[in-house]
Amino acid sequence: MSLDQTPGGIGTDDLVLNDRVKTPMYEDPALFNEEMEKIFGKVWVWVGHTSEVPDKGSFKLSHVGLQPVIISRDRKGEIHVLVNRCRHRAATVCEIKKGKTSSFQCPYHGWGYALNGELRAIPYTKGYNTDFDKKEFGLKQLKVGIFEGMIFASYNMDVEPLEDFLGNAKPWIKLFMKQGGGYPVKTLGEHQFKVPMNWKIQLENTTDAYHFPIVHKSFLQSLDGEATETFSFMDDDDGYVEDLGNGHSVMVMMPEFIDLDNDDGAPIPERFAELAEDLRKDYDEAQVRRLVRAVGGCGFNLNLFPNAACSLSFFRILRPVSVHETEIRHIAIGMDGGPAAANQMRMRIHEHFQGPMGFGSPDDAEVWERVQRGSAGGGEDIDVMVNRGLGLEKASDNGLPVGDISAETGMRSAYKMWKKVMEQ
Amino acid sequence: MKDFPAQTDVNLAAITEFLWMEADLLDAKEYDQWLQLWTGSGHYVIPVDKQGDDFANTLNIAYDNALMRDMRVKRLQGGFSISAAPPAESVRTVSRIVIDSVEGSLITVRAAQHVTEDKFGRQRSFAMNVTWKLEQTEEGLKIHDKIIRLLNSDGMLTSISYLF
Ligand code: FES
Ligand SMILES: [Fe+2]
Repeated sequence: MSLDQTPGGIGTDDLVLNDRVKTPMYEDPALFNEEMEKIFGKVWVWVGHTSEVPDKGSFKLSHVGLQPVIISRDRKGEIHVLVNRCRHRAATVCEIKKGKTSSFQCPYHGWGYALNGELRAIPYTKGYNTDFDKKEFGLKQLKVGIFEGMIFASYNMDVEPLEDFLGNAKPWIKLFMKQGGGYPVKTLGEHQFKVPMNWKIQLENTTDAYHFPIVHKSFLQSLDGEATETFSFMDDDDGYVEDLGNGHSVMVMMPEFIDLDNDDGAPIPERFAELAEDLRKDYDEAQVRRLVRAVGGCGFNLNLFPNAACSLSFFRILRPVSVHETEIRHIAIGMDGGPAAANQMRMRIHEHFQGPMGFGSPDDAEVWERVQRGSAGGGEDIDVMVNRGLGLEKASDNGLPVGDISAETGMRSAYKMWKKVMEQ
Repeated sequence: MKDFPAQTDVNLAAITEFLWMEADLLDAKEYDQWLQLWTGSGHYVIPVDKQGDDFANTLNIAYDNALMRDMRVKRLQGGFSISAAPPAESVRTVSRIVIDSVEGSLITVRAAQHVTEDKFGRQRSFAMNVTWKLEQTEEGLKIHDKIIRLLNSDGMLTSISYLF
């Protein structure tokens, strides 16, 4: 089905304008199918982190769009992203969320696949003609790209190089990984919850500072004075949102925490005093300060089109399930081999805000669901406005728009890319 | 399965009564009274991992000491959290209560709990195994630890705006 056949009969030009998008963007099942084909079926999609498949033989289940995939590390240490679907009659070959194995065996008729996806063994081969070639029936492979430990995959074997796609986002990704405090970044577990909303409502939200003091008031009230100060970005005037091109954007909430290696010499906040004291047993003061800054996380949200965000101190991953349903993963990260006390504190900070019972996420989930409920019926006479900051933006060094902290610049960036990809 | 304790002062009826009283408080969202049920030094835990009990060194859905429990209750009652104002309504049953062990004044009890919530005219259900470490005090039973293991704790959940 093509776009001009959507129920509204409107094309991408009419769906996405610079200052607004049309309600069918959240509501139209035909458009959703088209997105799965043209966006999630073609561009680079975030699937996992290398620390989730640390060793030879490690695997982890993930998704690209609607399709289940396996991230595996083969015996040579190379990472593969394989469609989790037997090439015989389509059964999933793995239903264990993560672990270690030497091969994947389909439970239905026993076809056996190597970690690199090659079909190795078939029971009762006699039943196939001599021209049957196992080489043609390996698990379907996706193109794999890895940047700073983040694993991306694409169904499109001719997709542009990952580094070109990430473009201006690359330096921000490098800054984000400084949260390792000198140790490699590793995932520490994740919260997962689904919300009855279109995936683009979540895509918008990671670059939305405007909602923070409203939706997260009860979170802010639970912080001490110093921490509240850190989150006062809506009242400060040094934050900004920058369009990074290709649908990516960065929202800088706390400019003092852009580069965690730039120690401003500020006293260690009260809430980290106990951790610092603990770390002083094993580290000199400079290292203690570095670790404490790393534990506090970065001061920005980096939104990567179409499904990932490096958000303050965790990965926020979305997965479209249907036009009205999206799954969210909040993946905690920490220091691989770093001090246990530092990782504990990072997990406690993560638990405080994130996940199905955090002090922040349930309120996000509620307003996202409210957006979907409000859009019901998909009326084309009322639009979704993303015009905040228009006319007030400046140009970045990259020649792209920069708005103030609460500008909807990041959303406009994502929708520009949405339109470009959907028109291809 | 572990042996049931022989002590006469630890009886299933008294414990059941206590757990049902707690369940009733939680469904009624009488959180101030619920906070009074705690000894103070333990944790309210909803782990992500189904196995293991090293909660401090793993990521949990909730890992609340007394301070976090107080803050959580304040958040749920404060009227500023859109998900909790109003919260989903809940109805729960606690059943299949088993006394696992008694060590001194500490009683370990586990039970099955089902919670159904209603909001926006849609209902969601949660099934969980709950373990309590209860302490016998002069004021009666108190909760030291409460560990809630959701059947799909490591799966795709939905947001929760009240307490299990
Ligand atoms: S479906 Fe996998 S072996 Fe038949
Ligand atoms: Fe939010």
